[in-house]
Amino acid sequence: MRKLYDWVDERLDITPIWRDIADHEVPEHVNPAHHFSAFVYCFGGLTFFITVIQILSGMFLTMYYVPDVENAWKSVYYLQNEVAFGEIVRGMHHWGASLVIVMMFLHTLRVFFTGSYKKPRELNWIVGVLIFCVMLGLGFTGYLLPWDMKALFATKVGLEIAGSVPFIGDLIKVLLAGDDTIIGAQTLTRFFAIHVFFLPAALFVLLAVHFIMIRRQGISGPL
Amino acid sequence: MSNKKVSRRQFLNYTLTGVGGFMAASILMPMIRFAIDPALQAKAEGDFILTSQKIDELTDVPVRVDFSYEQVDAWYKSEVSEMAWVYKEGDKIIALSPVCKHLGCTVNWEGGEHKNEYFCACHAGRYEKNGKNIAGTPPTGPLDQYEVSEKDGYLMLGKKIPNTLA
Repeated sequence: MRKLYDWVDERLDITPIWRDIADHEVPEHVNPAHHFSAFVYCFGGLTFFITVIQILSGMFLTMYYVPDVENAWKSVYYLQNEVAFGEIVRGMHHWGASLVIVMMFLHTLRVFFTGSYKKPRELNWIVGVLIFCVMLGLGFTGYLLPWDMKALFATKVGLEIAGSVPFIGDLIKVLLAGDDTIIGAQTLTRFFAIHVFFLPAALFVLLAVHFIMIRRQGISGPL
Repeated sequence: MSNKKVSRRQFLNYTLTGVGGFMAASILMPMIRFAIDPALQAKAEGDFILTSQKIDELTDVPVRVDFSYEQVDAWYKSEVSEMAWVYKEGDKIIALSPVCKHLGCTVNWEGGEHKNEYFCACHAGRYEKNGKNIAGTPPTGPLDQYEVSEKDGYLMLGKKIPNTLA
């Protein structure tokens, strides 16, 4: 292991790369070992940790899931009941989806109450709010995918809300649902595409920006 | 124990690697088992499928016998049609799979004007009547055979087995 690392490091000089990512001071006021109350600084990391679990479990779920009105529910039923650990993997994605929102909300509260959004970190707050929106979008689009009654009616309600936006509401609704009146085949494929490709892509970019900014500016000082 | 001291840094490295590894394993293990499930599913026993071919109408000339069965493909059930080349050798009924052993096309009895042979149109593979591949043509082995059985004078076909004649 050591030898392999040295072999690669000798050629590519990778030590500075991971040092730059992993090796940095944790100030005393954010270290729970010094002040236990500093655990509130963990919520951002926990949000990221659960996001990683969501990405992994989601990738594996698509091995069985089909975004089609005939088969979506059946494939979910199959992967949950017939495939080994299906209940666990879907459970991770299902509960993780709620937990990621909770963690993100707690992280937002911490940033708010420590005043960390103030100058010079306003831009990072804005990116954080965008991440919040993307996460809610992921939750909304993912909710429809099992294609059961709860999913259908939740999406009906969601689309009605989208439709109530002044002036462009109807347009947004048609673009989301894929049809003027029907919530069906096209809605499901659209939501799947948004859930699995578009929003995750946006999320990766925003997270990268979020993390680069925090490394550049450092963690905000103690209260 | 040896007199090698474990430094604080080493101790932390070991503990963090251990705890981190345990957490990563408990996340990844269910997902990987989930993903490799198709390879570990119990194989279904092949049942015999009833065809509409009367046994006493069979001769020593291979005839095409079509049959279909319900295939359960995870959440998708469908009626699948297959066929076999069936003939009689004395009292024995021989049923051969038409799937070419070269690249999986379907072979035809006396196709391409090859008398007394099976012929595959894709790459001109040829087989003798008992399924034996003819040397110098693309197939690398003889045609598979079906297990046969009968019910009320009608032919039943079972699972595919390697050719026992050639």
